Order: sequence, then C-alpha cells, then structure tokens
Amino acid sequence: MRNLSFILQKEFRQIFRNTTILRMMFIMPIIQLIVIPLAADYEIKHLSISVIDQDHSSYSRRLISKLTSSDYFRLVQYDNDYSKALDNVGKGKSDLILTIPAHFERDLIKENSAKLALAADASNNVKAGLGSSYAVQMIADYNNDIREEWIQLPKFVDMPQIQITTSNWYNPHIDYHLFMVPGILAILVTMVGSFLASLNIVSEKEKGTIEQINVTPIKKYEFILGKLIPFWILGMITITIGMIVAFVIFKIIPIGSYLTIYGFSAIYLLAVLGIGLLISTFSDSQQQATLFAFFFMMIFVLMSGLYTPIESMPDWARYIANFNPPMYFVKVIRAVFIKGSSFSDLLPDFLKIIGFAIFFNGLAIFNYRKRSA
Amino acid sequence: MLSQETVITTHNLTKSFGDFTAVNAITFEVKAGEIFGFLGANGAGKTTAMRILCGLLSPTSGEATVAGFDVYKENESIKKHIGYMSQKFSLFEDLTVRENIEFFGGIYGLSRKELKEKGNDLIQRLGMGKEAEKLVGSLPLGWKQKISFSTAILHQPKIVFLDEPTGGVDPITRRQFWDMIYEATDSGITVFVTTHYMDEAEYCNRVSIMVDGSISALDTPNNLKHQFDTDSMEGVFLKLARQAKRGE
Amino acid sequence: MKLFFAFIRKEFWHVLRDTRSLIILLGLPVMMMLLFGFALSNEVKNSNIGILDLSHDESTIQLADRFDQSRYFSVTQKLKRESEIAEAFRKNELRMVVIFPPNFQENISHNKQAQIRFIGDATDPNTSNIMINYATAIIRDYQNEILGEQKLPYRIELESSMLYNPKLSSAFNFVPGVMTLILMLLGAMMTSVSIVKEKEKGTMEILLVSPMRPIMVVITKAIPYLLLCFVDVLLILLLAYTVLDMPMRGNIGLLLAESILFIFTTLSLGLLISNLVDTQQVAMFISLVGLLMPALIFSGFMFPLENMPLPMQVISNIVPTKWFYSIVSTIMVKGLGFEYVWKQTLILVGMTLFYLTIAMKKFKIRLE
Repeated sequence: MRNLSFILQKEFRQIFRNTTILRMMFIMPIIQLIVIPLAADYEIKHLSISVIDQDHSSYSRRLISKLTSSDYFRLVQYDNDYSKALDNVGKGKSDLILTIPAHFERDLIKENSAKLALAADASNNVKAGLGSSYAVQMIADYNNDIREEWIQLPKFVDMPQIQITTSNWYNPHIDYHLFMVPGILAILVTMVGSFLASLNIVSEKEKGTIEQINVTPIKKYEFILGKLIPFWILGMITITIGMIVAFVIFKIIPIGSYLTIYGFSAIYLLAVLGIGLLISTFSDSQQQATLFAFFFMMIFVLMSGLYTPIESMPDWARYIANFNPPMYFVKVIRAVFIKGSSFSDLLPDFLKIIGFAIFFNGLAIFNYRKRSA
Repeated sequence: MLSQETVITTHNLTKSFGDFTAVNAITFEVKAGEIFGFLGANGAGKTTAMRILCGLLSPTSGEATVAGFDVYKENESIKKHIGYMSQKFSLFEDLTVRENIEFFGGIYGLSRKELKEKGNDLIQRLGMGKEAEKLVGSLPLGWKQKISFSTAILHQPKIVFLDEPTGGVDPITRRQFWDMIYEATDSGITVFVTTHYMDEAEYCNRVSIMVDGSISALDTPNNLKHQFDTDSMEGVFLKLARQAKRGE
Repeated sequence: MKLFFAFIRKEFWHVLRDTRSLIILLGLPVMMMLLFGFALSNEVKNSNIGILDLSHDESTIQLADRFDQSRYFSVTQKLKRESEIAEAFRKNELRMVVIFPPNFQENISHNKQAQIRFIGDATDPNTSNIMINYATAIIRDYQNEILGEQKLPYRIELESSMLYNPKLSSAFNFVPGVMTLILMLLGAMMTSVSIVKEKEKGTMEILLVSPMRPIMVVITKAIPYLLLCFVDVLLILLLAYTVLDMPMRGNIGLLLAESILFIFTTLSLGLLISNLVDTQQVAMFISLVGLLMPALIFSGFMFPLENMPLPMQVISNIVPTKWFYSIVSTIMVKGLGFEYVWKQTLILVGMTLFYLTIAMKKFKIRLE
C-alpha cells in the first residue's frame, strides 16, 4: 500500500502534465453530447417531394397544399414530368414522388374511388419508410376530410366503435434528446475507461519505462491499481461533466437519484477499465491499441441498444449483447434518468456488472506479466 | 576490496526461444563488490542473460541465484536487492528529475524524509540544482543516463545491472559515468555491466565474453590479453568474435 | 525509382508484420457488415408487453391472445392493478401495457362503444410509437372483423412503391456507410498515426536524410494503406453481393475509380494531420473526434441530414464523407452513371488537392 501512494502520485503528475488527455477529457464529452443528440433525431422533417399532377383539379391542389403545409414535406417539383422527377430522385434532390392521375377528382366523387401513386427513394430505407408512412397518414386524413364533407352527420351510427387512447409515459412530448443524452453519457464513460487506460499502459510499453517498473519490487496488483484508480477518477469526472452539459444544454436532469447513477458508474467503470487493461496486455503499440479499442468500441456501441433496440435483434445477437457491459449501462442510466428507477429496481443489472468487473480485472491481472516466458 | 561472498551464481543457465538458443548453458560467478563486465557482439545473448538475472525473463533450464535468491521461484525477492538501468532509456520523460528520484526511491522503500534528503544530496552531487525541476525529457542524453544510474542505486542495492549504459554519449561523460560506477562499488554495490566499448572493458575487474550464446572467455582483462597474446581488449574481442557463426 | 520501391517495400513490411492490426483492419469491415446486416434493426419484434384486463370477458381474452400471437408482441405479464405498471417499467420488464377497462364486451354490444388504453414506455420514443401503431392496427383489424367487410365511400387508394429497394432492406443504406467509415478510419487515422509514430521515435529523421525527396518518404508511408483500403473496399463489395444479396446496379469500374479517389482524399487528410501534430496521442485524438465522429454523423447514413439544425447542415458540406456516401449510394444503389455524381466527384477532387497543398506547404516549412 505504501508503494501505491508513490505510484498514484506519479500517475497523477503524468496525467496532469499530458494536455492531450486532459483536453480529450473535457472536449470529447462536450462535443459529443451536444452534437450527437442534435443529429440523432428520428423524426424526419422537410422531406423533398415531387408532385406529378395530371389532374389539375381543385382537389389535387388541395391535397398538395395539405401535404406541403406540414413540416414534413417540401415541394421541390410540381409539373407533369415523371422522368424529371425520377432524375431528381437520382440526383438526391427529391425523396418522394406523388403522382395524381388524370380524372382524380372525377373518379373520387363520381366513382367513389380514386387512385394515387407514391414512390419513395428507398436507397435510405429509414427515410423511405418514415416518409411514406407520413404521406399515407396525411392522405388518409385528407380522405376523411373529404368523406365528412359529403356524408351527413351523424355518421356510422350503429357500428360498434373501439376508442383507443394512448399515452407515452415518461416522455409524452417525444423528445429524442431525453432518449439520446443519457445513452451517450454511458458511451463516453466507456471510451474514457477502455480507451484512455489502454493507451496509457501501452505508451509505457512503447517507451520502455514499463520494463523499469517490472524490475522493481512493485507488486502486480499495485501496478494495476495504480493505473485503475486515476482513470476511475477521470471517468467519474467525465460523467459529472456530462451531466452538467446535459443540464446546461438540454435541461435534462435525472429523475432518479444521483446516488444510483454514481454507484452504478463506479462499478461499471471498474469493468470497462478491466477491458482497457486487457486490451493493453494484448497490444504492443499505441497504434495497435487504438485499433483494438476502436474495434471493440464499435461492437460495444452498436450492440448497446444506444441506436437500435436490443429487442429487435435476432436471438443470437441478443445473446451476445448480454455479454456487452455497455448494454447494461445504457439501460440503467436511461432508466434512472428518464424513469427514476431505483437501486432495487435495477438490482439484477448491478449484480451482472459487478460480475463483469471481477471477471475482466481478474483476467487483466492474470494476463499482466512482470516476467515474460 | 573483493570479498569471497558471491552475489550471482549461474550453472548451465539456458534460454531458448523456440529453436533458437539465445543463451546456451552459461556458468559463472560474480563476487560481491566486483565490476563484472559482460561483453559480446550484438545478438550474442548478453541482454537476454541479464534480463533473466533481473527477473524479467524466465530461464529455460539451468540454475541461477542472484543475491542469494533463486531466479525461478524468488524473482520478486531478487528485485528488492537489485538496481537496473536498461539500454532503452528508463526514466519517465514527463516527470521532473526530482519526481523521478522520488518515485523510484519510493517504490524501493525509502521513506518520504529519506527521499527528500537523498534526493537533495543526489541533485547536489550531480550538480543539477538548476535542472532538478525540469522535465527529464528536456535534458541531454548524458545527464539522463547519470540520473538514471543514480536512481538505480538510490536504495543501495546489492547489485546493479547496467545494460549498455553509456551508448551514444561523449567520452568525457563516459569517463564521469565510470567515476560514478567506481564510487558505487566503493560503497559495496556489485556492478554487472554490458558494454560495446573495449576501453570500458579495461575498467572492469573481470570480463566475460559471450559468443553465440556461450561464454568463450572469462578472466581479468590482463589475464585475457595475456592468454590471447594481444595488448588490448579489442584484440581479445576480435579474436573471439571471429569464431561467431550468428550473423548480426 | 528503385529507391522509391525499396521504401515502399519497407513500409509494407511494417504493415504486414503487425498481424494483429492487420486482422483488425480486415476484420473491422466484416464485423460491421455482419452486425448491420444481421443484428441491428429498428423493427419491433416480440416486445414484452403487459395486459391489465379489468373486464376479463370473452372479447378481452380473445384480444389479449391476439396480441400474444402477433409477431410484434409477447405478453409476459398479466397485471392486476394500474399501480403495477410503473414498477414494471422502472424494472425494464415491459415496454407497453394494454388496459381493458371494466365491462368491455358489454360496452361493445350494448353501448356500441368501448375503450382501450395503450400505455407505452416512451423512454425509447421511437419504439414506443411503433409499438402503439402496431397495437392500434391489431384493434382495427378486430373491429373490422366484427363489423364485417364493408367498403367506405369516397375512397382514395394509394399505391406505394419503393424505388431501388422494394424490400426496404437496410443494407442499401449501410453498405455505402460502412465503406465510407472504414476508408476514413484506415486512410486518415492509420496513415497519420504511423507517420507521427516515426516522428516520435526519431526514425523519421533517418528517412529524411536519405537521398529520397522528403515528401516522397511520407508518401511511401501512405501506399500500403492505400492498398489495404482498396482490399477493404473489395471485401465490402464482395460481402454485400454474396452475403447480403445486394445487387450491383451501377458500373463497377466507376465505383472502384471513385473509391480510389476517396482513398486519396483520406490519405491526404492523413498526411495533413501528420504534418500538424507531433505525438501519436494527438493524432489519434484528432482522428477520432475530428474525423470519425463527423464521418459517422455527417455522412447521412446513421442520421438523416435534413433534420439537423442549419449550422450542422452547413458543416456537413465540408465533411468529405457526405459526398462519398452520396456517390456510392448513387452508383451502387440507384445504378446511375457519372452524370449524376460528377459534382460530388469534383468536390472530392477539390478537397484532396486542398489538403495536399496545405500538407506540402507545412512540410516544407518544417524542413527549413
């Protein structure tokens, strides 16, 4: 333990002298927390639409004004030139093409049924899916408006009706920032833990100073603790900065207790630091360590449920995700921030993350060799 | 000056990496207070042997004890009684001179008070009062090596291992460095040094010359010169090195 | 020229000897393609829902069963009281709860009107919305069944079609995205870090005193990565074609030529970074925060660009990935020719020349 105080003193001196790491620590959370939530808005607005109007009736114009008066669509082309519309889609200037065939108005009123054709640029499947579903909804609304004008009230008197009321708990205004910000916080902490810690050890390897440490009587666990503790503290600082940014920029504060957040972060950080240590034992150069860290970060982030829900994964992928520590952290931090889940609600997740912390650190200590074979 | 106490003994010490035998059954003893020179061409196995003795590498077979401890089982105990200065530069470049001294002294068990005294004393002796608070990375190589050596013996180890300590420095600094080595032996520290410089070999009490992983000669510099019928250590070395089969 | 090849050979050895990195460099695109292709989606499937049935009559039991049968939901809890909902949400056990108020069946048959409530856990607002939509559709189907088939008057029939990608496969979206990202990582980050590494070690000086022209020394370091990048492009295309069943619509030659152009763009960006910084850690920091994040965010493949606030849309124009993504998508997915991508191509050429000019200038200053 006496050695540990000297090791920690040295580590902190080095960290505070290394402006790169300090900058990384402060700028990264701030940039990421501001930029990603602003970008990650799944509600798509301002889709460009080309309308091919072959009817030129008052009804067709009414439909167009209905579509374009919303925030969702922006009219970029309005004429009778389908090949130009296709060309616009090709150039990426237009996302949807709505064709209103000739006699649309006449068919609708006289024949009781009229056709419309909608084509979406599905090279981006998400945009196409959402965009066409908005259009479908608006056209259905438009259809109802027209129907109500022609049918006298009361309508459909003796048909049984099931009324559906829906409520979105915890996030009634469907604010994506509330969803993304805590999740990104989780990823930031993961990056600090796994990435910075592994780079630090590997840079000692590269410089050769680790060999000097290895000929001293420093014990394995002292060396590893000496690396764990400073980065653990840095990680806790990152999460604090992150929460401040979340409050200042997005006015998001956790509904649950800070104690639960810090408690979980504390254990979680140990687990990811263990992963960072493991990465460092596998790599000989900082370049290698960055690549490894990047590779694992990619898996961690994609399999964490940050962008796509875990439930949507096939069984095999969900099974793998169960071994992905950030998955638990994303889940827990969202639950505490948004739903106010308590420690006892999240007990199973706590236990799993404690398991990970023990496993990865155990493996890292086992893998770290003061003497090579 | 030399006592009869032996601080390093090896018997048929061998290290292989796959098919390649880096160190082939070497046997020697080092007496307390001695300056033991370890010579050989690049790739002869010097550094490997030294790394085994320091507990950085496990031997494949044979026996060895350092400061009375077995290299197989008691490598951690060995570390308490040795100092080590590697050919790759071994101080933390982003710490100051004083901080390096404090750190290495600290992990070898010096108390904070001792550290302060010894640190000041050392800085004074090296004449580095002005540079004590500078980052090591900003100092010239010769100074780094002097500090490196001084920190390696700060805790008065039984043996200090020096792996090509004077590579790349000017002759004056080299001379000063050897003065420091003599001072260290005067205070009872045994010095185990590898070197490329044949004039440095002359400064050693005894010299062993490794060729292709084995020790081909071991004696005092004078005896060696006599044995190989030449008037310099360089002559001895060249005669032995010619037998080498391993390329560089 | 002989010397030039000698240098290139040396750089190849560096890259090839480091097998662990090589495995990652080739494995990364494979891993990403497989994850995006098979593991990740926004679809809702078998989501855990709870039923709070206060009527417990024939219709509600039947409806609950319909929810369970649907591929979107699986009913994992039968709740007794409304107060249990919050707890189940807090424990992440349920995603949505369906509430049947008392006397459901009676209300339908006598009052011709009954209520159902859906409560979604909108922690994930997207999923919650999708689930509520699916649930609504299930109820609508049920209602239509009891109503019997009947045609409403004044009907608009909408025929939807999906251009280029009738099955709405996500591969059409992420394959160009993965390609862009991998090239950015390899080209800019690996090159800059490997050059800065030599600077840090001091071996750069040894290379610079050789009879090679200094700028050529640096360029030779980029060449192995150029080849690796190209191998990765081929690997991604091969996987897209064989494993993800993605058709190759456009001209392959044009696609490869554009890829090579983009590789040059990223390599020159890497050269520029390496001339600006002195330590590997700074190079990595710039690459990760300054390049990869924008590459992910501003290419348009993870998040649609239309939604972003105006300043971010403006920024996206100076990020090369946006243009390359658009090129790949146009050629590969839409099957269109050069006349549709010449603008983006020109922008990339301009960016490449710009980076190279600055890199050269900085490089000369350093040597003086």
